[in-house]
Amino acid sequence: MPMDYQPLLLTFKLAFITTLCLLVIGIPLAALLAQRRFRLKPVIEALVSLPLVLPPSVLGFYLLLAFSPAHFFGHTLQSLFNLRLVFSFTGLVVGSILYSLPFMVHPLQSGLEGLPLSLKEAAYTLGKSKTETLFKVLLPNIRPALVTGIVLAFAHTLGEFGLVLMIGGNLPGVTRVASIAIYDAAESLNFHAAHIYSAILLAISFITLLTVYLVNKRLAQNRLPV
Amino acid sequence: MISIRISKKLNIDGSATALRIDTEISARQLTAIFGRSGAGKTSILRMIAGLMQPDEGIIEVSGKTWFNSFRKISLPPQQRNVGFVFQDYALFPNMTVKENLLFASPGKDLQLLQNMLQVTELTAFADQRPHTLSGGQKQRVALARALMRKPELLLLDEPLAALDIETRVNLRRQLQAIHQEDRLTTLLVSHDKSEIYSLADRVINIDSGKIIKAGTFAEVFGTVKTDGVVLTGEILNITYSADQPVANILIQNQLIDVPLTAETATGLHPGEKVTLSFQLSGTVIQKLS
Repeated sequence: MPMDYQPLLLTFKLAFITTLCLLVIGIPLAALLAQRRFRLKPVIEALVSLPLVLPPSVLGFYLLLAFSPAHFFGHTLQSLFNLRLVFSFTGLVVGSILYSLPFMVHPLQSGLEGLPLSLKEAAYTLGKSKTETLFKVLLPNIRPALVTGIVLAFAHTLGEFGLVLMIGGNLPGVTRVASIAIYDAAESLNFHAAHIYSAILLAISFITLLTVYLVNKRLAQNRLPV
Repeated sequence: MISIRISKKLNIDGSATALRIDTEISARQLTAIFGRSGAGKTSILRMIAGLMQPDEGIIEVSGKTWFNSFRKISLPPQQRNVGFVFQDYALFPNMTVKENLLFASPGKDLQLLQNMLQVTELTAFADQRPHTLSGGQKQRVALARALMRKPELLLLDEPLAALDIETRVNLRRQLQAIHQEDRLTTLLVSHDKSEIYSLADRVINIDSGKIIKAGTFAEVFGTVKTDGVVLTGEILNITYSADQPVANILIQNQLIDVPLTAETATGLHPGEKVTLSFQLSGTVIQKLS
């Protein structure tokens, strides 16, 4: 039987899109949590961190309910935008964003919190808006945290299993990502395929993490990159 | 003219202090805010810059209201045209000296950039990043950056506190020159009397959140009345030549040896700030603090 590499490609597509979306969502969210004090902040922090402790199947179960056209949220999406999130790639992206959210937000938040307050204040007294300050002063000075956030979110999405199984199922080319394909192959005693998928995932995960540690070590030594 | 009438409950070093300030600061003058640490000096600057909210009061700068708690006005820091020099300099580590300065200039004024680099003697360091600079150089970048915005009001928070004596004396002279040239309304927070003596037109002395005295240096601290030249300096050492005590005093860049009487010598110690006045009777040496 020829090897089917589609699950691997699908996995990387999912991880890439998820990481992009997480950057867009994670940066403002981390800035909000790092810089502001408000009453609901502990609630938001707890919600962001939930995927760290919750079994993926719990998150998957509730998303399955929410996305289902039989329930209000799924029904509204379907009738208003003709969007069906359950057993679809878009649904996987939404689920992965929630699942990997803490891996992007936590490094960014602690990076921002570690900067001296006076950097932000100096930019403000120089007439710079909050947005300009964030992008031109704060983010360029937390590059190691940015690298960590991006790589961890990417790698964590690669390793997703329970959540994908719950809301995506096992549709070839749509929701069958590498982790599912491994499970599927092993179940049907196709150990050869399971081996190949597993080895590739293992190698790539190790290399990405190694890159983070090497890059961060270099950034830390130089204090700041040239 | 800047009028400040503010009150704020502060928690400094674990003890509650009620800061209550009511004063006017003349335009084009350098006013020093003096007080021991924890007196609330920095908080005053922060409230003027809009980085901290007073509980109540009014801040007006040349007729414009920057803050008025009664009319619910509080301009954000971006709209208050101040140049703030932070105690830790707050230079942007990701930018070179030149980029730090240009970032501060609304119109990316290259002419002003060259001027500023020249005045602060930073031209040679323009392409270096802050972490490669010495303390004194960082301080000059911070000052130049604050001036790039052409501020209405310059706020200096203990600008020279972290520097060694010689750098401090040099920078003090530079600050003096810049102030004489631009006559920018300046507020200087300091707990160093010799710094205030050589820089400030007027002093506000603060203790436990309240103004206890305001006026010229002599009015606030009281000094010897002299008709001659008065120099300030710092005692580096007291030595003895043939049993005659001699104080080595650093004035600006120069080391001057002043012979002392045995009686004067016992009251003086290295590290102390002194004034030297030259009178008919001879050189009079007097402790500053």
